[in-house]
Amino acid sequence: MFTSVDDVSARLAETGYLASPAVATTVFLADRLGKPLLVEGPAGVGKTELAKAVAAVAGARLVRLQCYEGVDESRALYEWNHAKQLLRISAGRDETWDETRTDIFSEEFLLPRPLLTAIRGDEPTVLLIDETDKADVEVEGLLLEVLSDFQVTVPELGTITATRRPFVVLTSNASRELSEALRRRCLFLHIGFPDEELERRIVRLKVPGIDAALAKSVVRVVGALRAMDLRKVPSVAETIDWARTLLALGAGTLDATLVRDTLGVILKHQDDVQKAAAKLDLDAV
Amino acid sequence: MTAPADATARLTGFVAALRAHGVRIGTGETVDAAQAAAALGFADRVLLREGLAATLLHTTDQRRLFDAVFDLYFPRGVGAPEGETGDRDDLRDRLADALAAGDDILLAQLAVEAVDGLGGYGSSPGSDGWSSYQTLERLRPQTLMARVRDDVRRQGGGEGFTGRLLEDEIRRRIEAFRALVAAEARRRVAERRGRDEIARRAVAPTADRVDFLYAGKDRLAELRRTVQPLARKLATRLAARRRRASRGTIDLRRTLRGSLSTGGVPMRPVLRRRRPARPELVLLCDVSGSVAGFSDFTMLLVQALHDQFSKVRVFAFVNRIDEITGLLDHGAADPEGLGARIRAEATLTGWHGSSDYGVALGEFAERYAGAVGPRTTVFVLGDARTNMSDPNLAAVRQIAERARHVHWLNPEPRAQWGTGDSAAYAYAELVAMHECRNAHQLGALIGRLLPV
Repeated sequence: MFTSVDDVSARLAETGYLASPAVATTVFLADRLGKPLLVEGPAGVGKTELAKAVAAVAGARLVRLQCYEGVDESRALYEWNHAKQLLRISAGRDETWDETRTDIFSEEFLLPRPLLTAIRGDEPTVLLIDETDKADVEVEGLLLEVLSDFQVTVPELGTITATRRPFVVLTSNASRELSEALRRRCLFLHIGFPDEELERRIVRLKVPGIDAALAKSVVRVVGALRAMDLRKVPSVAETIDWARTLLALGAGTLDATLVRDTLGVILKHQDDVQKAAAKLDLDAV
Repeated sequence: MTAPADATARLTGFVAALRAHGVRIGTGETVDAAQAAAALGFADRVLLREGLAATLLHTTDQRRLFDAVFDLYFPRGVGAPEGETGDRDDLRDRLADALAAGDDILLAQLAVEAVDGLGGYGSSPGSDGWSSYQTLERLRPQTLMARVRDDVRRQGGGEGFTGRLLEDEIRRRIEAFRALVAAEARRRVAERRGRDEIARRAVAPTADRVDFLYAGKDRLAELRRTVQPLARKLATRLAARRRRASRGTIDLRRTLRGSLSTGGVPMRPVLRRRRPARPELVLLCDVSGSVAGFSDFTMLLVQALHDQFSKVRVFAFVNRIDEITGLLDHGAADPEGLGARIRAEATLTGWHGSSDYGVALGEFAERYAGAVGPRTTVFVLGDARTNMSDPNLAAVRQIAERARHVHWLNPEPRAQWGTGDSAAYAYAELVAMHECRNAHQLGALIGRLLPV
């Protein structure tokens, strides 16, 4: 899919995703080694966006499995369409049981869920398993077979093996420790906060009308906030929101009043707002 | 695919060094790492580092350790820097310029020159080496602060609102430079003494495995930042335990009533519901100097978990005991100042300043007896060193009888229990005592011991 790490960066950038060297390298390796990619990091740094960007670059179909507490085999893998099977049985009255049985457990009555869909397709596919940490431990067991051999076993049909390996991205917020077995099957990528220069480029890309000097100030203030000991430090998404807000307010430069009035856009806890205001000397205004 | 023998040996040595620091790496991952190295090539060091990290690491907290070991096995350069290195004043001038510009590449280069020019000591082959401490003492980058700030201001970079961020930014750059110097000195020493040995001895372990008793200030600060994620993790673990615990016996009456709709066939068994009784927690913390880091960390962790319990009460003692629950609520916003605030606002010492478990526990049993009831779990945090005074076992027995559980978390290694003035084994006979030396152990213990 990619020829070099630079190729990854350049093509991701075309779709509007600016990748750090770490991100580009790992995506390149995931493609080259054919291994799933486990992406961890704080909320709002673009974990899910990465999968979407890779899909856009490769011209691949994006299959998404959103994990939540209680997601199970019938939601993730496949399910038999019971209602249709019942209809089929009552429709064919003169058949023998053997004929009916072989017929109702055929592909026609199978409802593929995201994991099976991703494995069965012939076209290039990006499989996004989002918020893996929200799923129960049992689902991880299910993922192991899919992720290591790219195959799914349906007892009535046999084992379905991928003809074309999907590019798999798993994301996690680390709210639960994923099992060692799952981690071992994946390449691990931690997306942290970008460095100042990269974040500035991201802001200017996502908020086109913004003045270069203002973008620089915004990123510097956010950087200072991240160095503080806050309950929830601002993420890239918050930086972009803030830049958009400032643009909408028609601000040309940052000043203390403006920062104090818009601090709620980047900080989500009252404690944090107070603390940041104290540290940045905003109360003096 | 075959890699050159030298590269293979380098890679396996690197993996062995990481394993020696407790990173669990299997052979499969090593093979993956070699494939990654083959795909990326050795030419670009940053790409190689990210590639190896992606294949060898599985969690974020090992990254710092990984980077330090990586710098030893795949160094930026070999031997001394080329060309003449300037003297101290010249280095300081150039460092000030680099700090003002925030030029990372130049800073890295200056770190190399600084260690070469200022860090060498000894002359005979057995006793010489390179010291980052000596380099930084001679160079004193922290004293450049005012000068760099003025330089930037003069160039018009410190105006407007962001001007007030300038000092902090320069301070962070200086910190980064100090880290670069330390890494460079380690590399030079490793060239002299053998890489494997230095990788094992001179690279600091990950923060959650540093002993509380020996953790420095910055390590404790680093630990404090892990409180919230750890608390979140423990909360989900507790929720899972609660869910499992609530799978009780079958409620026959409700099952039969439910079965009426299916013609008396009990299709759906109804389980007896447990009353969600949120347990109460009482924390008794020794906050005397020796174990303060441990107590502070644990208090913050329990505070972060407070919504899991109906009531959390925290008491601190040195040789007198006082309730500090109220102080801790404020502590959520300002964890660094917590220790100082406790010592300033609570009455913790009587006639002298050293810890006395007997008196403090006796006072607790007497004054706050109402805090402990049959639904209470008590955690005692401390090293059980009584300074040769009476351990007051009767008070502990009294607390243990009233409470549902009592656990004692001791930050000392088990081998030191009962030595000197430690009354650890005397207390351990009455209540369950657990060794809890680092954040890793604490997380595991809290996850296991907290009542559901």
